[in-house]
Amino acid sequence: MSEQDTDQGKRQFLVAATTVAGGVAAGAVAVPFAASMLPSERAKAAGAPVEVDVSMLAPGERVTVEWRGKPVWIVRRTKEMLETIKANEGNVADPLSKKPMQPAYAANETRAIKDEYLVVVGICTHLGCSPVGKFAKQAEAFDPNWQGGFYCPCHGSLFDLAGRVYKNRPAPDNLVVPPHKYLSDTRILIGEDTKGA
Amino acid sequence: MAATPKEPVQFRGAGPLNAQISGVLTWVDQRFPLMSLWREHLAEYYAPKNFNFWYFFGSLALLVLVIQIVTGIFLVMHYKPSAAEAFASVEYIMRDVPGGWFIRYMHSTGASAFFVVVYLHMFRGLMYGSYRQPRELIWIFGMLIYLCLMAEAFFGYLLPWGQMSFWGAQVIVNLFDALPLIGPDLSTWIRGDFVISDATLNRFFAFHVIALPLVLLGLVAAHIMALHEVGSNNPDGVEIKEKKDAQGRPLDGIPFHPYYTVKDIVGVVVFLFLFFTVVFFAPEMGGYFLEYNNFIPADPLKTPAHIAPVWYFTPYYSILRAITEDFMLVLAIGVAAYVVLIWLTVRDARIKMAAAAIGLVVIVLMKGGPLAIEAKVWGVVMMGAATLIFFLLPWLDRSPVKSIRYKGTLSRTALTIFVINFIVLGYYGVQVVTPVGTVISQIGTLLYFAFFLLMPWYSAMDKTKPVPERVTM
Repeated sequence: MSEQDTDQGKRQFLVAATTVAGGVAAGAVAVPFAASMLPSERAKAAGAPVEVDVSMLAPGERVTVEWRGKPVWIVRRTKEMLETIKANEGNVADPLSKKPMQPAYAANETRAIKDEYLVVVGICTHLGCSPVGKFAKQAEAFDPNWQGGFYCPCHGSLFDLAGRVYKNRPAPDNLVVPPHKYLSDTRILIGEDTKGA
Repeated sequence: MAATPKEPVQFRGAGPLNAQISGVLTWVDQRFPLMSLWREHLAEYYAPKNFNFWYFFGSLALLVLVIQIVTGIFLVMHYKPSAAEAFASVEYIMRDVPGGWFIRYMHSTGASAFFVVVYLHMFRGLMYGSYRQPRELIWIFGMLIYLCLMAEAFFGYLLPWGQMSFWGAQVIVNLFDALPLIGPDLSTWIRGDFVISDATLNRFFAFHVIALPLVLLGLVAAHIMALHEVGSNNPDGVEIKEKKDAQGRPLDGIPFHPYYTVKDIVGVVVFLFLFFTVVFFAPEMGGYFLEYNNFIPADPLKTPAHIAPVWYFTPYYSILRAITEDFMLVLAIGVAAYVVLIWLTVRDARIKMAAAAIGLVVIVLMKGGPLAIEAKVWGVVMMGAATLIFFLLPWLDRSPVKSIRYKGTLSRTALTIFVINFIVLGYYGVQVVTPVGTVISQIGTLLYFAFFLLMPWYSAMDKTKPVPERVTM
């Protein structure tokens, strides 16, 4: 076929149509591959609530339990510890827990259902390290006026004994309070709460 | 179309089999571009004759790549990519597999050696202006290789499933979590779970042993093809192709083979001395090549008391940690000052307007009260920008000369400060956070970006020396 007989318009249309169809097919075939990287059904199912008995926990001590693969801390706070929370109001970024980092029933000054027990996910809100408990009220390298709380070894974020983040640290938010409820005075169920409570 | 018959290959070795070898080579060459590849990339690739010490590191990077691939293949024969078995399988390689410790230490030392060699290779490029026109694409391919290496190192570090593996991956994947809107879903998609888990380990294994090595090999091929297309730069930054002899060969060029193949073998011998000294006598390198905490199995409930990335990531890690809420004001002022600088010195009105508009948006996002994005996100953005800004170098350098030899005091000082600053940032990246360390990292962050962002000004203002016609020895 000679050059003059070629219908250039038709040829361009066919090239464009083939390109578009091929592009759509290539894009569509990427979907199942990308989707295969989402959490599997098994991963989604592994999230049952955890029951903890806190009766053996001495005042001032902490216990760590695993919930959905994350550490959850339960700290039994002493009177002195609770006083440091009040004293810390000026040091922390969100003293009244205005940001939604906790269920409504823990949006108070001590960030707990019962003042005595702090229940928080032990994962720094910066980049997910697990902070270290530094409960003693003493001068520390990272803060000469340390009131006691948690120190993140990764990037130096500080949290007080209510899991409230210190101002001007890498972490932007308070530690997350997981949904939880008291089954009895000393038995806590983590991962489930009474709706509307 | 029938191929034009090629000239028979004449093999000129010293042995009695020359005729037979010539026959085989001729047979192959008529079916595969053997001789043209050989000539184009080795025997008739003319490289400047004045290469110095700094020109060893390209071929050494290739050597380390080979070491990593070969040792990697043998490690995969014994390694188990599952959360339950990974740590134990690495210890099995170290204790029970014959010579397994040797192969693994070559691989772990190779990872650090790769970055040593690549950083020196990049420094060479910075010194002699190897990124300048017409070598922009070589530089870009090289930067892509560098990013690919960082990803390779990061994915590989999870595989031993030790404490630093786990928490390092936790921190880096959570960087994506910080991105607005898509962040949380994106990081879940990367992990394949809501926490770093078996699913994450398995996919990182896939990336580390197959996906990224394929990309890496492709990029290395592109890097070398682009290099051989335009020809190598040299310490004088003059183009040897501008002065050719009657046969069209650059007057200052010598064939890569045998001249530089032989020279590079000397470099290889010295390098291997040092490399195996580390492999045999200090494979952990005081905790910098292999961190002590990584000899403890991963524990999702307990972060190690002190977390730091491996040394080659620490300058960027310092920048990440330097971005605090207080520092945002300094950054916003820095952006404003940069816009003013552009406004006062650039003539093109469109550039002025664009700079002002972009600057305003950035300042609002940094410090604009309710519209501001939190410092955590900016930390991630600045860290990403610190690695990506290298890509712009070919267009930021406006000096009339390429090589540091003929640049003036401003460019020399800037490069010196940049290198010292990079090391200081790296040092503070492995230290525990202290108020002083944070301030130093913040100053370091400003200096880091100033080196790049102010380059169009200081490189153009600089008083340069005359460049010679031909290379000097």
